[in-house]
Formats: sequence, C-alpha cells, structure tokens
Amino acid sequence: MKQTKNVAELQEIAKRVRRNIVQMIGDAKSGHPGGSLSAVEILTTLYFDVLRHDPSHPDWPDRDRFILSKGHAAPVLYCMLEETGYTPPGQLNTLRKLGSIYQGHPDRRFIPALEASTGSLGVGPSVGLGMALAARLNGSPSRTYVLVGDGESQEGQIWEAAMFGSYNKVDNIVVIVDYNKIQLDGFVKDILNLEPLADKWRSFGWHTLEINGHDIPALQAGFAEAAAVKGKPTAIVAHTIKGKGVSFMENNPKFHGMAPTPAEVQLALQELQ
Amino acid sequence: MPTKTKFELKFGMATREAFGKALVELGRENPDVVVCDADLSKSTFTSLFGKEFPDRFFEVGIAEANMVSIGAGLASSGKIPFVSSFSCFVMNKGFEQLRVNVAYPGLNVKIVGTHSGISIGEDGPSQMSIEDISLACSLPGFTVICPADEVATLALVRAAAALKGPVFIRAGRMKAPILYQPGHSFAIGKAVELTEGSDVTIIATGLMVSESIRAQELLEGEGIGVRVIDMHTIKPLDRDAIARAAKETGAIVVAEEHLVDGGLGVRVAQVVAETNPCLMEFVGIENTYAESGSPEQLLDKYGLVARDVVAAVRRALARKS
Repeated sequence: MKQTKNVAELQEIAKRVRRNIVQMIGDAKSGHPGGSLSAVEILTTLYFDVLRHDPSHPDWPDRDRFILSKGHAAPVLYCMLEETGYTPPGQLNTLRKLGSIYQGHPDRRFIPALEASTGSLGVGPSVGLGMALAARLNGSPSRTYVLVGDGESQEGQIWEAAMFGSYNKVDNIVVIVDYNKIQLDGFVKDILNLEPLADKWRSFGWHTLEINGHDIPALQAGFAEAAAVKGKPTAIVAHTIKGKGVSFMENNPKFHGMAPTPAEVQLALQELQ
Repeated sequence: MPTKTKFELKFGMATREAFGKALVELGRENPDVVVCDADLSKSTFTSLFGKEFPDRFFEVGIAEANMVSIGAGLASSGKIPFVSSFSCFVMNKGFEQLRVNVAYPGLNVKIVGTHSGISIGEDGPSQMSIEDISLACSLPGFTVICPADEVATLALVRAAAALKGPVFIRAGRMKAPILYQPGHSFAIGKAVELTEGSDVTIIATGLMVSESIRAQELLEGEGIGVRVIDMHTIKPLDRDAIARAAKETGAIVVAEEHLVDGGLGVRVAQVVAETNPCLMEFVGIENTYAESGSPEQLLDKYGLVARDVVAAVRRALARKS
C-alpha cells in the first residue's frame, strides 16, 4: 500500500471504491449503499493519506485508529481494508454471506485489524475516547478518528462523549460527522432535526469545522487543522450527499438500506466509469 | 477442603470497601490498571484509587453508557480498566454498551457493580440491583463473580485482574460477616465447600453465604448435616461441586440476594438437570421490587435471612423423605 497526498490519485481510488461498493452490495442483495457512498472521500483521505498505519503490522501500538461508528457503512470500510492490504484481495463479493470476513456490520472477530466491532449506533466516539486516553497515558503519538452518521447523532451517548472529550481536553481525537441529511425513515430534518449541528459541537467545546465531505483537499486541510489544535478535540461536520456518485441513489432515502438490483448495478457501474 | 473451624461471623468491611482497597493494591503493582467511575466514587470506594493515581482515574460524570464504552476503548489499547458504579446503573444503563463494546469483541474490561441486591436499604428500589446476575450471565464470554466477604473480595478482584477477558464483580453496601481467614486462596470457577454434610446442600452467593452458615448451625443442632457451598463464581459455575452435591446429598437449596428469575438458582438447576437430577428449593426475591427500609428490615421482610434458608431446607427434606 502506498500513501499519497496526490488528489488525482486519491480521486481515482475513490472512484474504484465506489464501483466496489455498488458491486458488493448488489452481489449481497442487501446492505446500505447510500451511507457508504457518502463517506468514500472521507475514508479514502484517511486511509491513503492521513492515518499513520501499517497494514503489515495491524497491532502496532502507536498506529492511528479509525472507528466506523456508523457501522452499517461497512462496505466502504471493507473496500479500504482490501485496498490497503489488511484483508486478502478478491473476497469483497462474499459480503454478508455465511463465513465471510465481511460481516453485515464490522466484526473484529472476523477481521482483527478492525479497531472496533460496530453496528449499534452512538457508541463509537466513547470507544474512541478510551483509545485516545490510553494513547495519552502511554505518551503515544497515536490519534483516533471516529466517523459518525447524522442520524446516529440523535443518540444521547454521542453528546455524553462530546461533553467528556472537551472537558478532559482530549485533543488526539477527531469526530467526523457524515452529514448526508438522510436516515432510514427519511430526511433527518423531518425526523429529528440536528440543526444547528456545527453550533452544537462548538457549544460542547469542540474545535469545529464545516467542510464539503467530497472535497479531498478540504478534507486534507481539515485533518491537518485538527492535528494542530491543542487542548480540545476536533469535530468535522462533513456535508455530503447520500448515494454520491450514482445519479439515482443520490439524495434518495430508498438507498439508505436497500441493495441495487442487477440492472441498477449495471447502470451505476456505467456512471462510475 | 472444608473449613473445620467454627464461624464467628464477625462483621468485616463491606465488599465494596474491600474492592476499593484491592484496586489500590493492584494500582501499585500494575501501571496498566485504570479506573472509571460515574460520580459515585466515594460510595464505590474507587476514590481510594483516584486519590493515589489521579492520572489513571477517569471520573466520567453521570454517564454510565459513555463510561462502559470508554472502558472498552481503554481495554482495546492494552489497559486493564475497572469500570465501577452502583450495580443497577452500570448494568442497566450500560447494558447495550456491555453487549456491543465489551462482550461481543471479548474485551478485557472489569465491571464492578456495588450496592447490589436490596441491602442498600433506605434508598429504595430505583437504586437496588436485583437483576444484575441475570444480565451479566447473559453476556457471552463474561465471568461473573459475587464475593461473600472482604477476604474473598480482595482475592477475587486480584484474580479478575489477572484473568484476560470481561468480568462482572458484584459487591454489596453492607458490612459483611467474615467467613475466611486472611490469605485464604480462591480460584475463579472453583466453589468453596464451607461445611461438610450429607443430608442437604445449600449453595449460596454473596451476602447469603453467611446467612446459610447461620442456617447450617441451627440445623446442625437438630442433627441435620448441611453442606454449605460458597458459589463465589456464578459464571462459569463449578459444575463438579454441584454434581457432587446433588449426588451425595440428594437435595439442594440455592440462596441469593437477587431475583429468583434468572439468578444463580436457575443456573444451578440447569447443571443439576444435566448431571444428577435431585430436588431443589430456591431462596431469593420473588417477582417483585422491594421498598425503603433498613437493610436488616428488608432482608427480613423479603425472605433473605437464615430463617428463610432453614425453611427452604425443611421443605427440601420433607420432599426428600
């Protein structure tokens, strides 16, 4: 695996990952394409540029850690693990099948390199705080990144973690909100509006940025800014488009948790050439 | 070997206090031991650790769910976190986090619930933990421990720290009568046969062990031989001790300060059914919540004193003959 800061290269990876996401969920006949596609640039930027990690030494104590708190977006994470060499090539099409390492939600019993088993929403930032505290106690440079969903931010524990992180000055953690504006039952604003979301994080004492979550240079700049902030944790509210990259999935609540049909897979793959 | 000495049952420390002292010892020996508490550190006695090791003590505030998940993160990065609160709060409010963040990945987190059972007293049912054994035992991979006195607590907290994997330790608020000589050795999963006897066996845990000893002493005067077993480890159970008691005494009474539903009794009954079926009686809280009162009044009213254990033994013996 080769780390890169080159935006064109990262965009090329992102495009390949989108194709894999659509294909693997299509093959599985179930899964969550919308929230995987919205997070592609965020994870690509992290795994190929920002994270200090070594896929040949997944238990390196000083590695940076990534937790996919919105565990239903497992396909985008699995694509990263395969692309970077944590998992063997050629198995993405086993997603959600009996015995597959690619379980419906991330499960570290099947992939020990995963930092956390997730799928129950709202708990990732707290787990990340525990890791960040351990790094601080150990004097380790390790940083922890946690991706949460917008719907997930309706969980109370997110805000328990937010209070704890700023009060305890945990400056080696970054929470990224994949703000794609859609959850299973519909649009976030129609279910339990989060606005003003960035102000909420700010008022909880986090250094807070709002960026376009599909803009790789903006993500690179955001993560660099977060690393420079001392004495407080950072929240990045990343505005994204659910189903990004596939015209009929974009902003369509139907594709939060529904697999594309074989015909839809073909259509999507054409669009993602 | 059964203990031959007569039990004085002098009051010692509460098991929660012994837990706090054991934590300090562990903290001195192992820099990886860390502690989380949710605004009850003076009551759980984790404040002792916090005072000596402020950098390794995390006061998370009144946020038990957050606390359990933070503990999981700490364990994931190699720490040995003891996560403590009143048992009812850490188990009930933290249960989903115990399931998905601790049990499911099998992380090395030690949960210590204090103020278990109804003997917390005046604070009443909202603070009473009468379902924690059931909840903890339902988590795959968990070890579940309920020590009876300060000696057992000191030893078993250390054993829990040495064990790799998730553990729940159930501690009480009341001063606990001393059953063991200082330095008595304990092994997780190995029950202690406190008295010999071939007419009936009482299997008890926590506070009910000393009540069972009192019951045994009363019955001994009538010529009834009672074997009392301290089942300090509720999961995994000492199956051999249970199977042997069933075979050799033919009747088992289980006594616990917990709901009968889903408690130690039903777990023992499963082993009895699988090995040497025998008749059984159960002493515990029967399908209800308690109320405010002194611990002694509540234990008396809700059927958790020696008298109730004796009555259960008599029922068992009547059925046996």
